[in-house]
Amino acid sequence: MNLHEYQAKELLSRYGVPSPKARLVRSVEEAAGAARDLGGASWAVKAQIHAGLRHDAGGVRMVSSPEAARAAAEDLLDRPLVTPQTGPKGKLVRSVYIEQAVGAARELYLAVLVDRSRGRVSLIAAREGGNDIEGRMAAAPGEMLRLVADPEAGLDEAAAGDLAARLGLDGAARGQAVDIMKAIVKAFGDLDASLIEINPLALTNDGQLTALDVKMVLDDNALFRHQDLAVLRDEEELDPTELEAQRFALNYVHLDGNIGVMVNGAGLALATVDLLKQQGGEPADFMDIRPEATRGQVDEGFRLLLRNRKINAILVNIYGGGILRCDTVAEGIAAACKAEGLRVPLIVRAAGTNGELARKILKAQGIPVNFADSIGQAASMVVAAAGREAA
Amino acid sequence: MAILIDSDTKVICQGFTGKQASYHMERAIAYGTKVVGGVVPGKGGRRHLGLPVFDSVAEAVAATGANASAVFVPPASAGDALIEAIDAGLPLVVCVTERIPVLDMVRVKRRLEGSATRLIGPNSQGILSPGRCKIGVMPAHLERPGKVGIASRSASLTSEVIEQISAQRLGQSTSIGIGGDPVHGVGFVDCLELFFQDPGTDCVVLLGEIGGSDEEEAAAYLKANKARKPVVAYVAGLHAPTERRMGHAGTVNVFGQGGAAEKIEALRSAGVSVATSAAEIGQTVRQALRAA
Repeated sequence: MNLHEYQAKELLSRYGVPSPKARLVRSVEEAAGAARDLGGASWAVKAQIHAGLRHDAGGVRMVSSPEAARAAAEDLLDRPLVTPQTGPKGKLVRSVYIEQAVGAARELYLAVLVDRSRGRVSLIAAREGGNDIEGRMAAAPGEMLRLVADPEAGLDEAAAGDLAARLGLDGAARGQAVDIMKAIVKAFGDLDASLIEINPLALTNDGQLTALDVKMVLDDNALFRHQDLAVLRDEEELDPTELEAQRFALNYVHLDGNIGVMVNGAGLALATVDLLKQQGGEPADFMDIRPEATRGQVDEGFRLLLRNRKINAILVNIYGGGILRCDTVAEGIAAACKAEGLRVPLIVRAAGTNGELARKILKAQGIPVNFADSIGQAASMVVAAAGREAA
Repeated sequence: MAILIDSDTKVICQGFTGKQASYHMERAIAYGTKVVGGVVPGKGGRRHLGLPVFDSVAEAVAATGANASAVFVPPASAGDALIEAIDAGLPLVVCVTERIPVLDMVRVKRRLEGSATRLIGPNSQGILSPGRCKIGVMPAHLERPGKVGIASRSASLTSEVIEQISAQRLGQSTSIGIGGDPVHGVGFVDCLELFFQDPGTDCVVLLGEIGGSDEEEAAAYLKANKARKPVVAYVAGLHAPTERRMGHAGTVNVFGQGGAAEKIEALRSAGVSVATSAAEIGQTVRQALRAA
């Protein structure tokens, strides 16, 4: 679960991680007053969306009067903001965070995440933060400083101090850095986070460390033990179709093509999408139905495809096995076609458990289906069909 | 021959009386797997599927001599169940459970260090050696005995590939689902080591996907080890949009690591035959065996 910057900063402040004085506003009218109340001579007006790289996209405006803060809020609110992480349509800005501007002498990078290859939690730090951090670390991995962190035992004080020194911090700032590192490792464990990233962590002109931007992701699989955090989910940030799909326990990602795709299992779904692209097709979605999917969930999922007017052809690729049977999927598809009407070519490849029965069910229900015998054949059939329909 | 399991493997099931566990363990028994009992705290002394139920793994092991466990415990308590199995000294633990909190798996991973246990999963379809033993939830009707070893991060893709391998009139020594979660037990490197040591395996297939570093680690291992068998790989997700979560928690890109193109390049440079299309994996295996 992604959090907004303001939510992440608020959570981290409970652990003692400092960030500039700020206030969230949802309307243009509140903006000037918020800046005035915060005090100071200049402010950052920051669009709150679930995507990074906002700065270069114009989502963060530096202003030096309450009137200018209002103008910036007016510019940002209720409009889509497009960054390299939002997709071409961008994300609608529904709130802005108005923050006292801070004079930064240096900008560092600090993050906690799960190091998958070692199965450990790691603290990562770099002397230089910023938007291009991923590229720079990929180019010069040596600049990335790592420390194994155990959220249960807490961060080792001496190791953290050594890391702070390698970041070029001394005196009070070094001590403050150690406190911040310990705090975010503790928060990571307490909140069941999967990412906490402070980028940049500013060293102000008067020698204080403060979190200028924070990105936090919580582990969806652990939300059952954090009822208080579940309310931080901002459903408006999700694509409406994706949100609906989640209600039916489907993994769905909206893509921009014209071939509707329904597959069981993430790996086979990724492979199917790859095959379509390799054959010149453009998938309209990634839809992975889970092994325990019911007929009703398949029905609802398939309706999402039938309702998508950009779709010119649909491919269903199911490998029955475990507790998922092809006949369950066929019944769901037939029900959806009855309810919504099928107006595009449908190609079905049903293999594994009860594949033959699935074919019989679809035929008996009078659904016009072209059956494929293999994943390769299915892909070329649907790409050809979508091409004919689009022409 | 097979790796990790054989026809004498004695299996207990943790979370035995649950609906999914009952369904799959019944099928495992029908397949010929030696299932010797189950563990459900508070239900010790009962019988289920004609087998004894115990309160703890330690009791079950003492009474049955079990040397493997199939874990179907729900996500909230699965981490504790895995730690119990590790502490009981079981050599093989197979975890089917999906959606275990990642920090619980970090705890499990620490407990595995220096232990006698090999963990497969979580979020794994399990392990199967055709005609000998099946621990997990995979369909078994297409698997046939043979000399191809399979290690995979995806269950449905494994079925796809087994169909293709069978169409080439080849069979499997063992197929292992290493699981789709970011923090998991055995990885591709462990599987390669085991398959290379197994006289019953002539060729190894790795089915990878975007995210994580199992493929990169396998490539590094192969580069460092001269003696080996033909290795074929496929990596799903070449055209997946970046920065999106695709079903598995394991497929998030962090720091540019884990892109499909990078993984394919790493594997190729280590001498692996990489199938470029999911439709051509069976053929690639056939060609790799012919060239060997």
